[in-house]
Amino acid sequence: MSQTLTQDVKRRLYYGMLLVRRTEERIQANYHLREMRSPPHLYMGHEAAAAGVCATLRPDDMVFPYYRSHGWYLAKGGDLDAMLGELFGRVTGCSRGWGGSMHLIDLGAGVYGTSAIVGGTVSHAAGIALTFHMTRRDSVAAVSFGDGATEEGVFHETLNFAALRNLPMVFVCENNLYATNTHIQYRQAQTEIWRHAERFGIPGRRLDGNDVVAVWQAAAEAVARARSGAGPSLLELETYRYFEHCGINEDLDLGYRTREELQAWRARDPLAMGRRLVSDAEAREMEAEIAARIDRAFERARSAPWPVADFQEAAR
Amino acid sequence: MRMKFREAVRDATLLAMERDPRVFLIGVGIIDPRAVWGTLSGALEKYGPDRVIEGPLSENALTGMCVGAATSGMRPLLIHHRMDFLLLTMDQIMNHAAKWAPMFGRQQTVPIVVRGVVGRGWGNGPQHTQSHHALFSHVPHMKCVVPTTPRDAKGLLLAALQEDEPVIYIEHRWFHEDEADVPETFYTTPIGQAAVVRTGRDVTLVGVGPMVAESLKAAHSLEQEGISAEVIDVRTLRPLDSATIIKSVAKTGRLVVSDSDWRPCGIAGEVVARVAEEILDSLKGRPVRVTWPDSAVPSSQAIEAVFYPGAKDIHAAAVTACDKTRASGSVESTVKPFEGPF
Repeated sequence: MSQTLTQDVKRRLYYGMLLVRRTEERIQANYHLREMRSPPHLYMGHEAAAAGVCATLRPDDMVFPYYRSHGWYLAKGGDLDAMLGELFGRVTGCSRGWGGSMHLIDLGAGVYGTSAIVGGTVSHAAGIALTFHMTRRDSVAAVSFGDGATEEGVFHETLNFAALRNLPMVFVCENNLYATNTHIQYRQAQTEIWRHAERFGIPGRRLDGNDVVAVWQAAAEAVARARSGAGPSLLELETYRYFEHCGINEDLDLGYRTREELQAWRARDPLAMGRRLVSDAEAREMEAEIAARIDRAFERARSAPWPVADFQEAAR
Repeated sequence: MRMKFREAVRDATLLAMERDPRVFLIGVGIIDPRAVWGTLSGALEKYGPDRVIEGPLSENALTGMCVGAATSGMRPLLIHHRMDFLLLTMDQIMNHAAKWAPMFGRQQTVPIVVRGVVGRGWGNGPQHTQSHHALFSHVPHMKCVVPTTPRDAKGLLLAALQEDEPVIYIEHRWFHEDEADVPETFYTTPIGQAAVVRTGRDVTLVGVGPMVAESLKAAHSLEQEGISAEVIDVRTLRPLDSATIIKSVAKTGRLVVSDSDWRPCGIAGEVVARVAEEILDSLKGRPVRVTWPDSAVPSSQAIEAVFYPGAKDIHAAAVTACDKTRASGSVESTVKPFEGPF
């Protein structure tokens, strides 16, 4: 069962990317006010990955973002007010102020909680896929992670188990070349991450992670395969992070990557590449609607109450 | 009904699976023909490979899968042949299972039971005999239980499978062949409740795991010397039932805590601290801890025999606690030791 690239899907793809980009730009612009005291791992540059995959999913499908969590949370339909509430540490936050930027969750929208530990939720996704299987539901679990997570044992452990049991999963690696500030060539003996799929006998593909339509197409195939009971797939999306690993600034001064490299990737910006998906009028309309949503989310977060400590007894 | 400890574990497991379709078993080697010392005999045949899930040798991923399954409505029972292998899963236990409820403002519960077996005996040595219960008892948002009788083996496992927090269920193979009357029906042993297994006046002997059996033997030999010992089986390390212990020490005024673990930062120290904080003035003598030597567990029978403290040590400690200088009584072990190799 393949999905069709309708006008509606095109709008959804572009809207998803735009919502993430504009929200993070606003976080960036307001961060110096010291209201959001939570470490942001900005997603900018990766938007096509989350928007492309999430547009193939149903509300009952579950996504498993990692600590660079804003993109998948918003693209899957996570509540914007609750996300900002969480970054502001307010009780209205999606984790009631206990999690912060690295621990977003919106179970109603199909966004599972996110972990600050690299590879932490890869196996959780397999657990939920097991639940889907055991409770005879045809939902799919899509887990995203960076290139660094594929160096963790749990990635290979989970890939093996998911393939062994034909679990309804899609593994989405967002390969942005760097684990914090270390290039993949210093970390991996062979850097074609998609090839790990071959070892477990499941489909693996590497593709341009900045081309939202290409991502959408590949994800649609993988999701259809998972939903049909045929088992998991591994997608390696080549993409790039614009800002520092954690924080709101550029980090070219560190010297681990070059301005030329950054500019080359910015020249292939996923939003610019996807801009043709909607008309000028539609784009303007989306910009206005998103700006209003973000204004409102910031206002609500600023005026929301703080959480109150409800610690249990110190020692039990 | 007369039941061995390991049969009681099996009875609880099958009963829980029958009563609650959300309960499933997962672990490395659980479809082995030996069925984890018979504790899972018949489960695979009855419930099939969807509820008795053989895991690859991927302990960390299996634990993470249990987190995923538990937070989406299932009740996994994860089984390890040796507690030592839980160290491969500490990220998922401490960073994930124990954090998932608080980290997201308590939107989800994490009902996982991790059952690990302690392989003491027959020279199992440094990496097959650890209990590590103090590690798990240190961390909030989880629970840790250590049954010492067939009745509690069943009751605590059934209770654990009804909990909404992760529970570490530590099973000493040492007890596997012990036999006692166990109710055939469903019941639970309350988590967080210690048991006074022998009443006495002069000294309170608090034991953890195998040290409960040793404390009972020591109580018997102390009786012959005119010292009346009360014995408490803590049963649950987190939450720890301070009230029962404190009530007993308030009565006896003397405390010996014996633990099948190392001393620093351990449960024995925790018990002593709680008593000191609450009822220091009731103490008639200094509390004594009986614990493992500060060493890895050895393999050779010559040093294994002197490594583990037993009833003699507890007897001597109680005499010290009672400030009496008489010689230790002779204590013979009545526990049938585990005979190997696995």
